[in-house]
Amino acid sequence: MNMAEEILRVENLHVKVEDTPILHGLSLTVNRGEKHVIMGRNGAGKSTLASVIMGHPAYEITEGEVFFMGRPLDELDVFERARAGIFLSFQYPAVIPGVQVGTFLKKSVQSVRQEAVKARAFRQELNAAMDTLDMQKSVLSRYVNDGFSGGEKKRLEILQMLLLKPNLALLDETDSGLDIDALRIVAKGINQIAPDAGCLIITHYQRLLDHVKPDFVHVMIDGQLVMSGGPELALKLEEQGYDWLDATEVEA
Amino acid sequence: MSDEAREAVGDYRFGFHDPENATIRFDKGLSEQVVRDISELKNEPEWMTEIRVKAYHHFVEREMPDWGNCGELNNIDFDNVTYFLRSSDATERDWDDVPEDIKRTFDRLGIPEAEQKYLGGVTAQYESEAVYHSIREDLEAQGVLFLDMDSGLREHPEIIKKHFGTVIPYSDNKFSALNTAVWSGGSFIYVPKGVHVEMPVQAYFRINAQNMGQFERTLIIADEGSSIHYVEGCTAPTYSTDSLHSAVVELIAMKGAKIRYSTIQNWSANVYNLVTKRGVAYEDATVEWVDGNIGSKLTMKYPAVLLKGEGAHAEVISVAYAGAGQHQDAGAKVHHLAPRTTSNILSKSISKNGGRSSYRGMLQVSPKADGCRSKVVCDALMLDSESRSDTYPTMEVGNSTADLEHEASVSKVSGDQLFYLMSRGFSEDEAMGLIVNGFFEPFTRELPMEYAVELNKLLELEMEGSIG
Repeated sequence: MNMAEEILRVENLHVKVEDTPILHGLSLTVNRGEKHVIMGRNGAGKSTLASVIMGHPAYEITEGEVFFMGRPLDELDVFERARAGIFLSFQYPAVIPGVQVGTFLKKSVQSVRQEAVKARAFRQELNAAMDTLDMQKSVLSRYVNDGFSGGEKKRLEILQMLLLKPNLALLDETDSGLDIDALRIVAKGINQIAPDAGCLIITHYQRLLDHVKPDFVHVMIDGQLVMSGGPELALKLEEQGYDWLDATEVEA
Repeated sequence: MSDEAREAVGDYRFGFHDPENATIRFDKGLSEQVVRDISELKNEPEWMTEIRVKAYHHFVEREMPDWGNCGELNNIDFDNVTYFLRSSDATERDWDDVPEDIKRTFDRLGIPEAEQKYLGGVTAQYESEAVYHSIREDLEAQGVLFLDMDSGLREHPEIIKKHFGTVIPYSDNKFSALNTAVWSGGSFIYVPKGVHVEMPVQAYFRINAQNMGQFERTLIIADEGSSIHYVEGCTAPTYSTDSLHSAVVELIAMKGAKIRYSTIQNWSANVYNLVTKRGVAYEDATVEWVDGNIGSKLTMKYPAVLLKGEGAHAEVISVAYAGAGQHQDAGAKVHHLAPRTTSNILSKSISKNGGRSSYRGMLQVSPKADGCRSKVVCDALMLDSESRSDTYPTMEVGNSTADLEHEASVSKVSGDQLFYLMSRGFSEDEAMGLIVNGFFEPFTRELPMEYAVELNKLLELEMEGSIG
């Protein structure tokens, strides 16, 4: 195996939104080909981490730094991060009324790749990705996320991920609200890009991990990663919850 | 263009202008003599001269309206307007015969190319008169008349005399009086009974000269059971002084006929755009206004439909975009004058960089109009907090059986939408452009595809370099 290629390095990250501190000194490194899972209770700061890496303007880094493929991220605007190969699958994707999914996907691919894509080649790529995700072509003429069910939204997020082929995929609770079939399809999408990317998967539930085998599982409590381990850690959390970790933390 | 002018108008793509090569140019200013001279120059029948003169006096006597933002109209210096300018001595049927510099302008605007691809006929008006005109032979063979208005008056005076000013009399308002006094150019269309004109016909209006007034006059008559789609586009160069565009458009849809009139007005930001548009729909007829207003300094335009026959239908779909220093005061008026008439009004407006857009609507149901239905939807999108959007709907309902709906919304672009789009690789300007195009989509999907693409491009350009 080749030497690990670093995709993401988070160093002692402190973040606040307005005046509320959320992350308190978080560190994490993700290499290409690795799948990292972050679990934790609501409000622990999991989504904040994903949003900060993507560059959401509401979050302020007060200390620490984030590097993407060796480059400090703070010099890049949101769209430049996207073009550099960071992708965020949103927990709540925005609705863009009047913009057809097909048009949106093509323009997005062109923006990220910064080159015109040929209609025919794009169509083939799109068809293949939609087949993988078992999606109906009729979705292409609907407006982006407009009137979509939770599952449809998540599937569209994964479709975008397949087309944009990111170096870093941030998946923010992509599994929540999905039935078992949809969950399997989403997992298929993640597994498809995973060998060539670094994946940071935020989830509440172990059940996604039946389909996506993580390399590392981290537990986040109060804006810090308090414990890291392998897949067995997710199973333990599923069985025992987070209370035993609170105790560990107090002891530590 | 001076820096000041550039700042005022932004990067208006059609802001180029050609040297003026007028063959006849009237001195600036308006008098009865100017009105008579225009009529004489065109060799008009006496009845037309008389209407013009009456209209002129009405214009002079009529007070400037004082509602809404009409105060702005007092800034128009009527003595500093050129009322008639002839650039070419003939209206050609072949682009190769159009004077080279004028042809080049229309080439840049893409008109000859569009004509070849998807139009049934084209009139190209430059300053006061048409310089090019053609209609497909098959339409001509079916008896469809499509001429510029001056030629129409020369060749079919009886039809024009019968209908001219019947939908919009000169006394309707100050600017319809002005138009009637000094009108020149515009389109005249007659579609015979039962004839369906499948491909749209287009007129393109170009103002080139500075301080020019363009006063085209359009009359479209669709006889029983016929149909036509007329498309109009307008541009003007960018000057630091103002130009005036004051058109009158009259549509007559006879029993069972359908007229759709689509407009994309994209005037430069120094043009006062004061247009009176009104259609009459008789029994089971349909009049549709598809009206897009991008640009101009001040637009005041409220396409209207008089539903005079039972079962007649009106459709008014409009969009307005108001950028810095612009006020789009637009809307729709529908008068339900007969039973079981129906109407749909959809108005969408965007304001940006301190621009102002207003919806002004009138919906009237007369006492004898039983069982009418109408739906009015007004949506405004504000792109920043310095911009402004207002809605002034008026309803006069004289019949209790009417089924009326009115919805209005004002929204702002959300931070979530911007973040989402930017995370997909779009710059902030591109993201805005997408949101704006999406907002206007219910309008653009009504346009022939080529126009829809053009409009989307235009809006994307408007979003460029304007943020942050």
